[in-house]
Amino acid sequence: MEMTGAQMVIEAMKLEGVDTVFGYPGGAIMNVYDELYKQSDFRHILTRHEQAAVHAAEGYARATGKVGVAFVTSGPGFTNAVTGLATAYMDSIPLVVISGQVPITLIGTDAFQEIDATGISRSCTKHNYLVRSAKELPLILKEAFYIASSGRPGPVHVDIPKDVTAELAEFDYPTHVDIPTYRPTTKGNVRQIKKAAEAICSAKRPVFYLGGGIIHSGSADLVREFVSATQIPAVETLMARGTLRHDDPLLLGMVGMHGTYQANMAMSEADLMIALGPRFDDRVTGKLSEFAKHAKIIHVDIDPSSIGKLVDVDYPIVGDLKEVLEVMIPKVKEQVDPDRYQPWREILKRYNEIHPLRYEDSDKVIKPQWVIERVGALLGEDAVISTDVGQHQMWTAQFYPFSFPRQFITSGGLGTMGFGFPAAMGVKRARPDKISINFTGDGSILMNIQELVTAVESRLPVINIILNNHYLGMVRQWQTFFYDKRYAETDLSFQPDFVRLAEACGGIGYRVETKEEFDEALKDAVDKGVVAMIDVIVDRDENVLPMVPSGGTLYNMMLEFKD
Amino acid sequence: MKVERRIISVIVQNEHSVLARITGLFAARGYNIEALTVAPIPDTDMSRLTIETRGNVRVIEQIIKQLHKLIPTFKVIEHEEMIEKEMVMMKFPINESLSNIQALCEAYNGGIANVSSQHIITMVADEPKRVRHFIEAAQRFHPVEIVRGGVVAMERE
Ligand SMILES: Cc1ncc(C[n+]2csc(CCOP(=O)(O)OP(=O)(O)O)c2C)c(N)n1
Repeated sequence: MEMTGAQMVIEAMKLEGVDTVFGYPGGAIMNVYDELYKQSDFRHILTRHEQAAVHAAEGYARATGKVGVAFVTSGPGFTNAVTGLATAYMDSIPLVVISGQVPITLIGTDAFQEIDATGISRSCTKHNYLVRSAKELPLILKEAFYIASSGRPGPVHVDIPKDVTAELAEFDYPTHVDIPTYRPTTKGNVRQIKKAAEAICSAKRPVFYLGGGIIHSGSADLVREFVSATQIPAVETLMARGTLRHDDPLLLGMVGMHGTYQANMAMSEADLMIALGPRFDDRVTGKLSEFAKHAKIIHVDIDPSSIGKLVDVDYPIVGDLKEVLEVMIPKVKEQVDPDRYQPWREILKRYNEIHPLRYEDSDKVIKPQWVIERVGALLGEDAVISTDVGQHQMWTAQFYPFSFPRQFITSGGLGTMGFGFPAAMGVKRARPDKISINFTGDGSILMNIQELVTAVESRLPVINIILNNHYLGMVRQWQTFFYDKRYAETDLSFQPDFVRLAEACGGIGYRVETKEEFDEALKDAVDKGVVAMIDVIVDRDENVLPMVPSGGTLYNMMLEFKD
Repeated sequence: MKVERRIISVIVQNEHSVLARITGLFAARGYNIEALTVAPIPDTDMSRLTIETRGNVRVIEQIIKQLHKLIPTFKVIEHEEMIEKEMVMMKFPINESLSNIQALCEAYNGGIANVSSQHIITMVADEPKRVRHFIEAAQRFHPVEIVRGGVVAMERE
């Protein structure tokens, strides 16, 4: 059937089963918006900033594993979206972002609102396209969804000139794509898997190093089975939180810069590391030459370039984690003796007794960690938790009792302040059955505060809990530790009235200075089911501990800070 | 780790800005391109790039993996047993000895390409190492301009 390029975009969304598009219109993408106006098959949510549109699409994708979609216009619309693309790229999140472009006849003339969008997105997308004619559009759109969601997932950007959206061409949407140059390896090498299984069964001090790839590949159930069958202790990266239940006795907690003592010691003293889908981020490894010095390494990853990038790997296995585990687990089960690791588990248990994850509670002032634990105790599995970036993010990762994969939505790789609130809107849209909580800081929340309007208008009741320390806390913490308390531009004593700000946008605000007030505010916000800002005044000087100073070694953690 | 010189051939689909993708990858990751040649492969919709690069083993391995990862990449060939050639053109003042220059060029698999009222232009195509030697030897004729073409390579088998 003949259609315009704009109609093709809308049709493709329907055929891909997209139920939500986040976006913001403008000149170059108006034809698409005009078609969008005429349909009711999927919902469009108008954010108030393009960055937020992409983050919301990410929140949606992170909560479901489905491809998130955003529409933006050319020029400034697209440049605003770039931080979102980069955030998704660093965390391997499947997205399709469609931008308008000036007409082909004007490309390269510095036309109004022209920018070399594909030139910009090249370094922060898995792939991108500049569409040259409507004829190409069906295949490109199909490929975009396929590339975004297969192999190592990632964002794909499609830039469509305005005249292409008006051009008529035959619309024949492919049912499947076969890109001869793109065939991700999904089956792991069986010989290698067998050798890895043998290594696991003969190790004395093995440790599972669980990474974000588990969440992306949907293999958390298999990992749970693996861990329980072997009784081998496990550490989780920030991106893998929720793989194991918080109360699993084999879970040692988060690893890395703000990891637990037992998790970091386990990595340092292990003789075998079973790395399932992590990327050996420097926030995890610390000083590379000292990282896991005694361990042989098994690394399973769908992306060959992630294997051996930073550390030498003894058993490299390229493949889809799910497919690899389906072969590996039975092989290990045949010969494993869980009792073998008993002495090792004892050692780690003792580490945890000496230095458990802890904070000192207070009656005089609210501790941020208390707030997170409290929300965990009150809402637990009923909430999906997003965060912004800073101390509150690390405390959430440390103290929230996560129970299932995709319960924790955070910007790990890029560390994007302003991510949390729009992402939490996407979460609410994807999981209406859950309470969408965003733990944020007084710094971060201001980076996409305009989304209060979107959330209220679009009935996406997100509860923002501001852990308000009147500082850019995480930077202040580094200044405290490493810059002699020279608090250069991190004091946020001057603040808006968050309560009135929320009210001005049609939401509810609460200012909280005691524990009782907090419980009441949270209960009220949950009961009312509206967009809320709970501004919790917390201890100004609390630090995130333990801490491995940047470039330090995992076994040399700062466990407390004394003036 | 030891830094080595490597020649890598990449076969890519001819599509929008594919060359920019490849050079962008090198730039973004801090890898080095010493020389680069590109041309379409006859009767296909593919192009072949030949890249001369340097790096330690880990860097070279990453370069190859990253090149593979680009969606339009069809094949990455890490040459082991290969024939390498490079072309160089040089321009000399007309008052230098034409016959001596000619003899030198012939020793390096080349010759005189053009003679005008002002200049002699020579062309040599040979192994990269020999091209370097030629350029060194040709210094005595006071070249005014040198254009190197970059390496092309083909597997022996
Ligand atoms: C867009 C962006 N700009 C700057 C930073 C650097 N940064 C990391 S954490 C942080 C402080 C965050 O402060 P706040 O949101 O108040 O959270 P807190 O650390 O106090 O919990 C800053 C500025 C960043 N991660 N992202």
